Amino acid sequence: MEFFERFAVPHPSFAIYASMVGIALTSLAIVVGLTYFKKWGYLWREWITTVDHKRIGIMYILAALIMLLRGLVDAVMLRAQLAIPDNTILDSQHYNEVFSAHGVIMIMFMAMPFLFGLMNIVTPLQIGARDVAFPRLNAISFWLFFMGAMLFNIAFVVGGAPDAGWTSYFPLASEEFSPSVGTNYYMMSLQLSGLGTLMTGINFLTTIFRMRAPGLKLMQLPMFTWAMLVTNVLIIAVFPLFAVALAFGAMDRMFGTQFFTIGNGGMDMMWANLFWVWGHPEVYILILPAFGIYSEIISTFARRNLYGYKSMVASMVAITILSLVVWAHHFYTMGQGVLANSIFSIATMAIAVPTGIKIFNWLATLRKGKIEFTTPMLWSLAFIPTFLIGGVTGVMLAMASADFQYHNTMFLVAHFHYTIIPGVVYAFIAGLIYWWPKMFGFMLNEKIGKVSFWLVAIFFNVTFFPMFITGLDGQARRMYTYSEETGFGPLNLIASIGAIGLALGFIVLAYNIYWSTRYMPRNIGSDPWNARSLEWSIPSPVPVYNFATLPHVKSSQAFWDAKTKGHNLFPDKVEEIHMPNNSGVPFIMCVIFFIGAFSLIFDMIPLAIASLIGVFACMAYRSFEANHDHGYHIHVKEIEETEERLRGANK
Amino acid sequence: MKIDNSLPLEYSTEENRLKILGFWIFLAAEIALFATLFATYFAYQGRTGNGPGTEIFEITPVLINTFALLTSSFTIGLAVNAMRLGNKKAMLTFLGLTLALGLVFLGVEIKEFFTFVHEGATIQTSGYLSILFSTLGTHGAHVSLGFFWGLFIIIQVSKYGLTPHTANKAFIFSLYWHFLDVVWIFIFSFVYLKGMM
Repeated sequence: MEFFERFAVPHPSFAIYASMVGIALTSLAIVVGLTYFKKWGYLWREWITTVDHKRIGIMYILAALIMLLRGLVDAVMLRAQLAIPDNTILDSQHYNEVFSAHGVIMIMFMAMPFLFGLMNIVTPLQIGARDVAFPRLNAISFWLFFMGAMLFNIAFVVGGAPDAGWTSYFPLASEEFSPSVGTNYYMMSLQLSGLGTLMTGINFLTTIFRMRAPGLKLMQLPMFTWAMLVTNVLIIAVFPLFAVALAFGAMDRMFGTQFFTIGNGGMDMMWANLFWVWGHPEVYILILPAFGIYSEIISTFARRNLYGYKSMVASMVAITILSLVVWAHHFYTMGQGVLANSIFSIATMAIAVPTGIKIFNWLATLRKGKIEFTTPMLWSLAFIPTFLIGGVTGVMLAMASADFQYHNTMFLVAHFHYTIIPGVVYAFIAGLIYWWPKMFGFMLNEKIGKVSFWLVAIFFNVTFFPMFITGLDGQARRMYTYSEETGFGPLNLIASIGAIGLALGFIVLAYNIYWSTRYMPRNIGSDPWNARSLEWSIPSPVPVYNFATLPHVKSSQAFWDAKTKGHNLFPDKVEEIHMPNNSGVPFIMCVIFFIGAFSLIFDMIPLAIASLIGVFACMAYRSFEANHDHGYHIHVKEIEETEERLRGANK
Repeated sequence: MKIDNSLPLEYSTEENRLKILGFWIFLAAEIALFATLFATYFAYQGRTGNGPGTEIFEITPVLINTFALLTSSFTIGLAVNAMRLGNKKAMLTFLGLTLALGLVFLGVEIKEFFTFVHEGATIQTSGYLSILFSTLGTHGAHVSLGFFWGLFIIIQVSKYGLTPHTANKAFIFSLYWHFLDVVWIFIFSFVYLKGMM
């Protein structure tokens, strides 16, 4: 029994026990359901073994939506605790665990997979490619992310949740001050998903560089794909660094190294530096794709070319470079001196310039446009003023001397929610609604969509605006309660009411997906939005080979010009198409990765070594298999029949 | 699969060209990884706590290692050259030689680690030694992985012959091996030589 004691939760509560039962029942229901409806084979053949970028993208988005729900539940718990002074719904330990989980899940397991989902589905279609450069690597990326996410999510019922914040600063995160295995979970789960992210970066960069349709030059790429290009460059620049930081942190905790200790030559501030050298570009890895999505949607529904294409690209490149040299603004107060603070302060404020250029370009695109207020467009329009508040408060925070007042207050919390939610969450929801017909062949209901939009857009401000005020008044973040004398009570209550409205907005969004799946018409044609880029030139949903013949591109608005000026996009004759085979190896390999990471967390070294060997065995197996795995071919007749069927039904 | 015979075997198909570009991008990520290790190493110089510092370095094993690894970079170049000439036997010989030199490197490095630990310098002793072992260890782990990778390529080339597929693997492996050599030059200069000066 002693062996199993390590899996006990060190700080249990009724809610955790209830969750255990809930998780057990849900898992049981899934297993029983799959068996009863005989869906195991379907699940394995069509999804788990798939190497199709569209299906992998859909799985990413599905996982992201589930994680959004989890993060939302965490957020509601936090707001419930803070609603009134001296509240006792959560004690300090649970509050720590919940805000740590909220941060990690929302950034790493909600926003990142959402980004990869859209990236997977849209990028190859926008450049006229049949798949990504390395389809099987793509599957490995997804399953690594998925296993990392699952690992992180079981922490709170198996061994204890991480409790040192999403930044996991040392020495707080060290074995001494965070003795439960929670922070081990943090280190290992992020290591797994980070590895997947890095592979995605390599995969998509190669894809964008080498697999563009004939005639499509880099400076003609749709803005979303340009955003993906710079995002992936950023991923390749900083994710290896994060892997190193996580490895150091894990070694400090598991093997007694002295990287971030206080004595023996260790440097606790090194963690903060390494973390933010990755962490600051990371938020740009999230926001740059969002900028890309907004550029697509705004130009589509303003019915105008995107204003200032070249300056849009240049500003993204500028943001990419600047994002690498601003990390120390996250800890102005930690004593690196006036000179360093000044340099980082100026570098940070400089980011406002390229971002401002982008905002003005969007406004100029809207000017004289025939604006159509569809749901994706509403999300995009709401983004501009809301994000502006986030940006302006960001410039306030960038001033090093003033930051001593705001540092670690609710003002900061309000600021980054004002950038991340309108910047990233609105964008991904807008992108989801916009590309939904391309993925599934039907649209989401506009009416229900608008209800969810207005709920979120209004209650987002109700939730987060009061935090600017309480923050300036000195309410610290990450404090599990406050006394009545502070006077923070009323504004916090308003924020908590806002959180309920916000949650309601997301529930309506989920309901919209359910309702639309059941009732929305299926014959929508290939171009329901009257859009401009290549993905709208092929049937919805997209056939497995994407393009029956490769498009020939002459401008940055290839499809729009084809529609309006009568270019022939597809002059070639249909030929046989070569496709990669499905494979179960990526999934199996990532399950072994999961077991290995899990055993490291609980200090079960032999099992960890066995898992490592297992992973290498999978790689070796693939190495030999690849010599005679030549994929398969789709024949001309089959392609013509598919095209006839899909286009026939659509027209 | 379209094969373009005007290009060397390893570049002859589109899939091969994609893999080579992808691997170059992977190497960029590897540079970021080692750059982080080096930056951390510089930050921890002198932070030895109660443990020993750079005085544990010895020149002989380091010189043997440098010689072994630099030579192996030369022999793998010869292997790729032999591959382009279509000389399978010479290619396998040079690949084998490369891996043998890799083994020499690993043997000497492991022995060096034992000496360090024997002198009371372990990965747990101080911040400086933690990063020293991590930097050397990460490079050593790369060489070990490379050894097995190379072994599989030797097996596959002898089993399937020189096909666009196996040639592509061998070429990519040579890129990896050269990269490890470059990293070693940095380790040799900035860890060992700088430490012993």
